[in-house]
Amino acid sequence: MARKLPKVDVVIVGVGWAGGIIASELTKKGLKVVGLERGKERKTEDYFMVHDELRYALRYGLMQDLSKETITFRGNERIRALPMRQYGSFLLGDGLGGSGVHWNGQTFRFLPYDFEIYSKTVERYGKNKIPAGMTIQDWGITYDELEPYYDRFEKLAGISGEENPLAGKRSDKYPTPPMKKSPPLKMFEEAAKKLKLHPYMMPSANLSESYKNPDGISRAACQYCGYCERFGCEYGAKADPVVTVIPVANKTGNFEIRTHSNVRRILKKGDKVTGVLYTDVTTGEDIEQPADIVVMTSYVFNNIRLLLMSDVGRAYDPGSGKGVIGKNYAYQVIKGNAVGFFEDKEFNTFAGAGSLGMVLDDYNGDNFDHSKVNFIHGGMVSLSQTGMRPIQNNPVPGGKPTWGKEFKEKSVKYANRFLSVAAQGSSMPFQHHYLDLDPTYKDAYGDPLIRITFDFEEQDRNLAKFLAGKCETVLKEMGADHIDTMKELGPYDITTYQSTHNTGGVIMGSDPSTSAVNNYLQMWDYDNLFVIGASAFPHNSGYNPTDTVGALAYRAVEGILKYQDKGGQVV
Amino acid sequence: MAEENKQNPESISRRKFLRNTGFTVGGLAVGGVLGSLIPRNNDKQQKAPPAEAENFNQALMYFTPEQFQLTEAATERIFPEDETGPGAKTLGVAFFIDHQLAGDWGFNAREYMQAPFFKGEKVQGYQGRLRRRDIFDIGLRELQNHSMAVHKKKFTELKEEEQDAILSDFEQDKVNLTTISPSGFFLLLRSATLEGAYSDPLYGGNRNMNGWKMRNFPGSQMAYTDIIDKEFKKINPQSLKSHLNH
Repeated sequence: MARKLPKVDVVIVGVGWAGGIIASELTKKGLKVVGLERGKERKTEDYFMVHDELRYALRYGLMQDLSKETITFRGNERIRALPMRQYGSFLLGDGLGGSGVHWNGQTFRFLPYDFEIYSKTVERYGKNKIPAGMTIQDWGITYDELEPYYDRFEKLAGISGEENPLAGKRSDKYPTPPMKKSPPLKMFEEAAKKLKLHPYMMPSANLSESYKNPDGISRAACQYCGYCERFGCEYGAKADPVVTVIPVANKTGNFEIRTHSNVRRILKKGDKVTGVLYTDVTTGEDIEQPADIVVMTSYVFNNIRLLLMSDVGRAYDPGSGKGVIGKNYAYQVIKGNAVGFFEDKEFNTFAGAGSLGMVLDDYNGDNFDHSKVNFIHGGMVSLSQTGMRPIQNNPVPGGKPTWGKEFKEKSVKYANRFLSVAAQGSSMPFQHHYLDLDPTYKDAYGDPLIRITFDFEEQDRNLAKFLAGKCETVLKEMGADHIDTMKELGPYDITTYQSTHNTGGVIMGSDPSTSAVNNYLQMWDYDNLFVIGASAFPHNSGYNPTDTVGALAYRAVEGILKYQDKGGQVV
Repeated sequence: MAEENKQNPESISRRKFLRNTGFTVGGLAVGGVLGSLIPRNNDKQQKAPPAEAENFNQALMYFTPEQFQLTEAATERIFPEDETGPGAKTLGVAFFIDHQLAGDWGFNAREYMQAPFFKGEKVQGYQGRLRRRDIFDIGLRELQNHSMAVHKKKFTELKEEEQDAILSDFEQDKVNLTTISPSGFFLLLRSATLEGAYSDPLYGGNRNMNGWKMRNFPGSQMAYTDIIDKEFKKINPQSLKSHLNH
């Protein structure tokens, strides 16, 4: 029998970006909030020895311990899903701050097209442009409606950037100027301009200068140390929940964080949820935390897994396309890239920052005419300089050999003489791509793992090839002596790192029959349950997801306060 | 401190960082980053390290002597000494691998190792029940066996070209093994070799930071603010150990 604790106003499941934003805003309004975090406490001093590629990038020092919990994966329903035993395709965050600690800080708004993707695609190209099985739908919110929340997140984090000429309208400029322009970025910019494209500096959560945010939090400027993605920031220059929203919530005296608390069930009674059941992983004790409002803010996979294990919401059925929990799992088409080798130039590419880069969106969203291509949407094309750490960056022209005398000679020669131009392709949902509970494999507590059924489609293969060609064109213009370009996307492979941008499964919308949450991320079926994160995306855009997650979290804050005030559905 | 900066003008101390960024201690505390940035022994002279200190790290935690020699020979073929600089042997790669096998990595401690085990599709990744230390035990033994079968000599007694051919047989799955995948073992050995050549010297490889020096990688520097927008610049490397002295 679980020990039952006194009821609180709000309980949050997972304290990363979404949980931190909810906590800081609600506690400022005087609500009593408990944050349950299954990982450990984190603080900036933890990163004293962070410039350690082996420990953090290769041994995944900050990531979830897969021996306790992983996911299972299969390409389609005809084969047996098997556990992801080792890390590869994506990296699951863990501990206070979650994935918000080990991100690069690339902070993009989605395009106006994204939020009305179905209507706008049909309007411009007709219904037949959407292939059978592709389940794109409008988000139930427009860019203009979400814009003020983007602005709030960007001011919270102090995003450094300049206007993107091909994006939605901004109500205000970025709070800090763009980062420094390195020589490779300048080469990319010049080449792109010659090609009549529209390059701009990547919006960055690695501060270009010291910044004090509206909550009164001051942070230092980025030092371009080259250890960002997979690492925590030793300076607090990279915005993360631990150095921004969590201290604000703590200061109110209304926030209690319980680390090592693994939530295992959402509890419900009738059409309301009543709290959560969690295990204190240090003692093994089961504890019940009742609450008036439950806010789920863990990573995509765990949001869905908890709902399905708790039998909360209508589980998705890929056969009929009915049901919503687990629907529209999407990812990112990230392999459409080109690598250029330079004989006579050397670069300081050992230096860098997670979001030091230049981007162009001429091939993103519906910024170009799709009538002659056999895919929809697109992706951003960028050159980013995130720090070329030596274990993971040893390309040689042509990709061969991979060992021996010639490999060593060439990989050493080109160590500071190659640049990648990379595309981040959008990912469209399909009826047969989804998340559900695995029938066989369990976590350390005996609960089922989440199962991913996903593969690349014709849409993705065409998109990747198209984008790779564009990357190659830019590199040619940049003067590369040898260029290796992706030829074929191939099947989705969970063993090679691509992107930790997993999306969907608890998607938002305006129709309860095709979406799980409304545009305040309130569950249609349970008025006092809010589910926040990239799990709400009906598809994934050709950008990094965090800005949109942050914006939706601010939107949800408003929804929670409305619910607290009046009850019922807030839309 | 002064001495150190003379040798390495690009190195930026934590104290200088505070000046550079104009970080103001105002608003809300953000988790004590400043505490760790304040130099502990900034005004004291650094003691010079004793010349030719004995490296007590170079002993074996896991390998038998034969396994160690095999690993040293095989990794040297993957990453050989040449005009560009030292190879795996001189860099201490075999010690690195030995030390890694003795810990979490060797036991696959942070990976999902629960049953049931099924053979999967390639895109589903490793599905075996063996841990890395088992795979090394078997792989090294089979490397020796294959060498004996082809040449009637131990791997360590072969000429370089013969060693390369033996390793290629593993890489291309031309060896018949039932318990492990020959190419899987080869890939593991290859990635461990690069890790040993280029990880921080604290792990036993990349001896004297010579792996980094070879490719002009500066290791662990506090900041690159002064060079990020400039043309290529060679910087003497620093390891994590230098952080303790700040």
